[in-house]
Amino acid sequence: MKNIALGQYYPARSPLHRMDPRIKLIIAVLYIVAAFLCKNLLGFALLAASVVLLVILSRVPLKTVLGSLKMVVFILVLTVAINIFLTKEEGAEPLWSFWIFEVYTKGLYSALFIALRILSMIIGTCMLLTYTTTPIALTDALERLLSPLRHLKLPVHEFSMMMSIALRFIPTIMEEAEKIMAAQKARGAGFTEGNLIKRIKSLIPILIPLFASVFRRAFELATAMTCRCYRGGDGRTRMTTMRMHAMDIIVLIVSVAALAGIVSCNYWNIGYTL
Amino acid sequence: MAEFIEIKNLHFSYGKEESKQQDDVLCGVDLTVRKGEYVAILGRNGSGKSTLAKLLNLVIDDLENASGEILVDGVNILSDDMTEDMAFELRKKVGMVFQNPDNQLVATVVEEDVAFGPENLGLDPKEIRRRVDEALDTVGMSEFAKREPHRLSGGQKQRVAIAGVIAMMPDCIIFDESTAMLDPVGRKDIVATMEKLNREHGITVLTITHYMEEAVRADRVVVLNHGKIAIEGTPEQVFSDAGALRAAGLELPQCAQLIEELIKSGMSIKECGITPEDCARIILLAGGATCQ
Repeated sequence: MKNIALGQYYPARSPLHRMDPRIKLIIAVLYIVAAFLCKNLLGFALLAASVVLLVILSRVPLKTVLGSLKMVVFILVLTVAINIFLTKEEGAEPLWSFWIFEVYTKGLYSALFIALRILSMIIGTCMLLTYTTTPIALTDALERLLSPLRHLKLPVHEFSMMMSIALRFIPTIMEEAEKIMAAQKARGAGFTEGNLIKRIKSLIPILIPLFASVFRRAFELATAMTCRCYRGGDGRTRMTTMRMHAMDIIVLIVSVAALAGIVSCNYWNIGYTL
Repeated sequence: MAEFIEIKNLHFSYGKEESKQQDDVLCGVDLTVRKGEYVAILGRNGSGKSTLAKLLNLVIDDLENASGEILVDGVNILSDDMTEDMAFELRKKVGMVFQNPDNQLVATVVEEDVAFGPENLGLDPKEIRRRVDEALDTVGMSEFAKREPHRLSGGQKQRVAIAGVIAMMPDCIIFDESTAMLDPVGRKDIVATMEKLNREHGITVLTITHYMEEAVRADRVVVLNHGKIAIEGTPEQVFSDAGALRAAGLELPQCAQLIEELIKSGMSIKECGITPEDCARIILLAGGATCQ
């Protein structure tokens, strides 16, 4: 249990790992926008090429990357099937038909595009964010990016503090849950028998002590934080200052240009346009 | 040496007014701690020792129930015109280390956690960096700076917690049963760190414990019982009075117990030894005497 990894972070030394997390966040947003605006084959080809580039730059092994896609395989297959079989094209001959299903060229293309869109979005944002940035650096970057919003009285600092404390306590509380489970097992509790309702009920003797302990921890932590002069985000400084390097700016400019390129592909009818 | 903490006739109870009289947690405590002193506060469960510690940092429920005076560096922290800013200044001067190391660490990286206090003080990033490195070095945890706290042992976590307090450069550190959850090795580490902070860095140390062995190293020992000071003096004085200690619900340190048993079984020993070194010397001397 002591070895659980938080998130999917893959420790390595790569250009992507070194990048300013704030820039990575902005690029990830641009990336998602690009994936949605893409309408024709050339655009998607560019998008796919950028995914490949990101994977190479991140130095994360291909196996790990593909492993992260397991969860979306079902959604992917479903959307592809729906697009292939349920897209109707007015005034065109179906390529193939069976019972109520008719397959048109448009359907094939829209299935291909939607698959590329989902895949590139997931792989792209994973490469930029979860694989190459620690969760704590991410919350930190989010806080710094959103910090102008505090003038609108939005609790930006408090939110990121909550996030980082949650991240800090995940392993501690998991360890505790295991201890409580072991203690309840020693008293004859079973968690793996019976139907669903019975199993859910058998979790109650774990959840109640766990909640009680989490509240106790929260109070103690609050006291300890008060003793360490914590009084919210006002007047607080940070040890690590995030510094943008020239490289980060260049990457950002290139990414904006790439987005513009992908979007402008929509205006030239190159390849198939949906 | 100048007085750093002066407690005068301190009364305290938890809860509402009505039930106040019966269960006073502290009833008339007078205590003075000088600058640079190393004081151990002993007492059995429910003797009010942790309450006293929390009062010194104003982190307690029902604070309005406190009466009497607590002067910290000349400021009465129980006075009505104590503002939040003054409490902030107080916590800057008096740091606290608690019992459970897990519930004091805020960040997911050791050095980030140590930086938490100085960051709250609004210091310059370079100054924070310097203090963090220094504090980690003082507690001997420099090589763990980039580690995740949940992968450390209890004693190591507690050392990180101490570093977090040192980095704020307080005049005084209160250890509220900071060794109670540790294994013997971890406990030894922490006691050694306390001693080092006091002797080498001149920090006033107030340690609250129910392990006698820890109190042996202090300049002065204060025994609390039922919210009152029962015994006060140097470790030698306090631990030579086994009767008074037992009345306060405490046992002698193991070395003193050994000497006591030896005297009972007829060995002619006149002095009292509380550290293993003293003990060895006394037994050797007594043994030599009976051989002659």
